[in-house]
Amino acid sequence: MANDYPQGVDMAAAIAAGFILDRRDAVPKLIGRHEDFLFVTGLAGTARDIAALTHDGAHIYTMAGAMGGACMIGLGLALARPDKRVLVATGDGELLMNIGALATIAVLNPANLAILVVDNGHYGETGYQKSHTSLGVDLEKIAAGSGIKRTRTLAGEADLAEGSRMLREGNGTAFVVLKVKPDDPPPYKRNLDPASCRVRFRGALLGAG
Amino acid sequence: MPGEDGNPARWQDELYDLLRRHNVIQFAYVPDAGHRILIDRSLADPGAQSVALTTEEEGVALLAGADLGGARGVLLMQSSGTGNCINMLSLIKGGHFPFLTLVSMRGDFGEGNPWQYPMGQAVEPVLSAMGVICLRIEHPEEVVPTVSAALTMVFQGGNAVAVLLTQKLLGAKAF
Repeated sequence: MANDYPQGVDMAAAIAAGFILDRRDAVPKLIGRHEDFLFVTGLAGTARDIAALTHDGAHIYTMAGAMGGACMIGLGLALARPDKRVLVATGDGELLMNIGALATIAVLNPANLAILVVDNGHYGETGYQKSHTSLGVDLEKIAAGSGIKRTRTLAGEADLAEGSRMLREGNGTAFVVLKVKPDDPPPYKRNLDPASCRVRFRGALLGAG
Repeated sequence: MPGEDGNPARWQDELYDLLRRHNVIQFAYVPDAGHRILIDRSLADPGAQSVALTTEEEGVALLAGADLGGARGVLLMQSSGTGNCINMLSLIKGGHFPFLTLVSMRGDFGEGNPWQYPMGQAVEPVLSAMGVICLRIEHPEEVVPTVSAALTMVFQGGNAVAVLLTQKLLGAKAF
């Protein structure tokens, strides 16, 4: 396996720092029945994670640009549809680009919104440069400091069951960091056209028109 | 901030009522004196969702999410905030999302603060470059007809529209 890691990644150091879980295994386990959620994802890694999990379903809106928007798209959707559970799945780099969104979300604290950060400590899409979370930044503390009351970092298999519960229930927005190895997401090819994905999503959720 | 007729409250209240009649529910804003009445009314309105942003680009993404869920919203910001939105407008343009923003202008008619000019003067070319149609308002009697037109252009026509509330309308802040 050692030779299969992405070029430039110091996997031993990453594992020593707590980035242990395999995202291809942990993300599906954590989410469980994906049909229970409306998804908004970040770019690259989490878009592939969720597209692979749902076979690029009509209940997902994945991004491939406009970096930093995932959490706020999720907030707008959660406020519009309090009858549905909204799960934002994004990466550490995408979240860091608009970290103030956590303050905005904490103030409103919608109970039907959960944020899952698949944190591999790297910018995987651009060549696995280290992100701030490999260099001392703790996203859960930032979320808690922003005022989000339900936060958790999942670092091992034993944490996944509790993480799953947090994504699915609770009286306020949940923020869950899933620490994973800096290794590639599923090689799933999803629809990259943001306009057709919008029509697909709205058609499935709202009906025709 | 007084308007030319010395009564900004009247057109701002009419504007709020107009937005609500058109089922605008999400009011996203970075605080600005030019939007004070809209912001206060959205905060006091149990039928509205008032979202205080830390930066204006959050509001762009928020309104895309609202549309995915079938809801309508508006982004209230100052001209300086338009610069913070630019790359996020890729989402609006690429996704063909309806998008309405009301921009209170600075660096415009009678501005005394030199810091406001670079972005204030760049609002129209920059928004136009990202596919946002700009409609300027200079007189109080234009507010309701112009925003009515914008609502149609956005929520029926599927466009992105910025209504620019100029300093001729709002009055220039004294320095």
